[in-house]
Amino acid sequence: MAVSRAEIAVAAGARPRPGMWTAIARFARKKPLGAAGGVLMLVMLVTAIFAEVLQTHDPIATAAAATLAGPSADHWLGTDHLGRDIYSRIVHGARVSLVVGVASTLLGSVLGGIIGLLSGYVGGRTDMVTQRILDILQGLPLLVLALVMSAALGPAVHNVIIAISIPIIPRAARVIRSSVLSIREMQYVEAARSLGVRHLRIAFRHILPNTIGSFIVLCTAQLGSAILVEATLSYLGLGVPEPYPSWGRMLSVSAAEYAQKAPHLVLFPGIAISLAVFGSNLLGDALRDTLDPRLRGS
Amino acid sequence: MKTYVIQRLVIALLTLLGMSVVIFSLLRLAPGDIVDILFSTAGYVSPSEKQAIMKELGIDRPYWVQYVDWIRQMLTGDLGKSYRYDQPAWQIVRPLVPVTLELAALSTLFAVLIGVPTGVVSAVRQDTTLDYVLRVFSLAGLAMPAFWLGMVIILGLVTWFGWIPPLSYVSPFQDLKLHAVQFILPALAVGYRSSALIMRITRSSLLEVLREDYIRTAWAKGQTGRVVIWRHALKNALLPVVTVIGIEFAFLIGGLVVTETVFNLPGVARFLVQAILWRDYPIVQNLVMFIAVVVILSNLLVDMLYGVLDPRVRYGS
Repeated sequence: MAVSRAEIAVAAGARPRPGMWTAIARFARKKPLGAAGGVLMLVMLVTAIFAEVLQTHDPIATAAAATLAGPSADHWLGTDHLGRDIYSRIVHGARVSLVVGVASTLLGSVLGGIIGLLSGYVGGRTDMVTQRILDILQGLPLLVLALVMSAALGPAVHNVIIAISIPIIPRAARVIRSSVLSIREMQYVEAARSLGVRHLRIAFRHILPNTIGSFIVLCTAQLGSAILVEATLSYLGLGVPEPYPSWGRMLSVSAAEYAQKAPHLVLFPGIAISLAVFGSNLLGDALRDTLDPRLRGS
Repeated sequence: MKTYVIQRLVIALLTLLGMSVVIFSLLRLAPGDIVDILFSTAGYVSPSEKQAIMKELGIDRPYWVQYVDWIRQMLTGDLGKSYRYDQPAWQIVRPLVPVTLELAALSTLFAVLIGVPTGVVSAVRQDTTLDYVLRVFSLAGLAMPAFWLGMVIILGLVTWFGWIPPLSYVSPFQDLKLHAVQFILPALAVGYRSSALIMRITRSSLLEVLREDYIRTAWAKGQTGRVVIWRHALKNALLPVVTVIGIEFAFLIGGLVVTETVFNLPGVARFLVQAILWRDYPIVQNLVMFIAVVVILSNLLVDMLYGVLDPRVRYGS
């Protein structure tokens, strides 16, 4: 192509779209809390990717000589009852938390999104029945549903991901459906229909891309609770199995037992969970206000 | 009004029926059957022995027969028999219900007492430092796992006051003061978390109401800020807050599940976790159904409250 698209746009008198960095800078200025959340999530992502580089000890190596040691130069955040380095375990725990959190959020949101898209697009009786079924799923407390699911499926990482994603489906379907309902009535959809475009193609090619804003908002909002549910399941012994270091399980019975002697056992993993959930909630709120103002305050 | 209530009751019953199907099938999704899981620790179980146990538990019958049987049992108020304790589930569950109800009520009370005032202050002082501080405070409540907060509270008490919470449940008739302390701490841990949602919805709902004409009229009449906000504005801003408190109830039960475990309170939620860990499926099935009933009833109650709080809401039209 001789002339690039940007050049055409400039020639047509349009201002070039602001670059990604300008957009991020504007977001940070308008939503300082959201930007702080974004930074927290970025730190978590980097930690999860470079866990092997950031660790100071093997996270699963036990050391009988150094059990329940307090924070020191060698063990920055101390050691647990088996002499494992808490700092290295938290670093690796970020990977488990993020993988389970992101995977379950995406799985639940994509499945829920497809259900919401079809239900909203088809409408009528199909929509009514789908909504009632979703009501049923949503009526159960998220944690109770995840608890029962993970107990039924057995302890394994992929089962925990499935167990957490199921309660997300009805919530995702709701959000996407409501945004499909308004897009469906737009003129360009009518235009596509009058051109004889098939229904499935309209739904997936013309409507779906326009729900992406709601989808991103939905995912960041659910990520926090997914991380929290993973921590809770692992705390109760129904989550990510050994030997993966999970923040939730670091807090389980063994930690409570030694809490008096070694409070760092309880403090640090809990702070890690709180910061991760805090970060994704802050980011989710700010993104919602920016991308989907209709949902403000919901 | 009457037709509306009947309509809602029918929908609630249908939802419950649907939930029973969901719960029943979810538990049947488990790889291997209950007998396998029960005896996985025992090592080898002979096929004939296994057959006998399956027959005794009634799980050799087709699924639909088991389902119909379960529903019939529940309708007669029979919660089944616990594998682990070898006694009727209802006998075990009944003494646990008041504990959970008390904890739930206290937590909701704390959530409202913390959430509504902070939400109001945050809305009135919108975009000031105070607003930011309160919003971060409430978001922090959403971020901290309730069970961790509970552990930290206990840890703080032990470290600074040398006070160790009672390890076993103290009944109010035994020692009222100790009983109160035992319940207030977990209720605070759970309530703080729930207060975050109430605070957020109070804030956004009040902000919307504060921009309405009748509020400007109230200001113009020269009424004091206190009267305008607490009497005129909050009254109308409360409707969404009530909804959240209703929805919150489901959320609250999730919080109770772990908090009862941390604080060693003998409630329904802790029992549910134990039943899950012990793979006592008939109990799990019935307890989850029990929770579903409570959640649906609380939602129904909230919808009924609308009419009382806001006369503009008309049912059934």
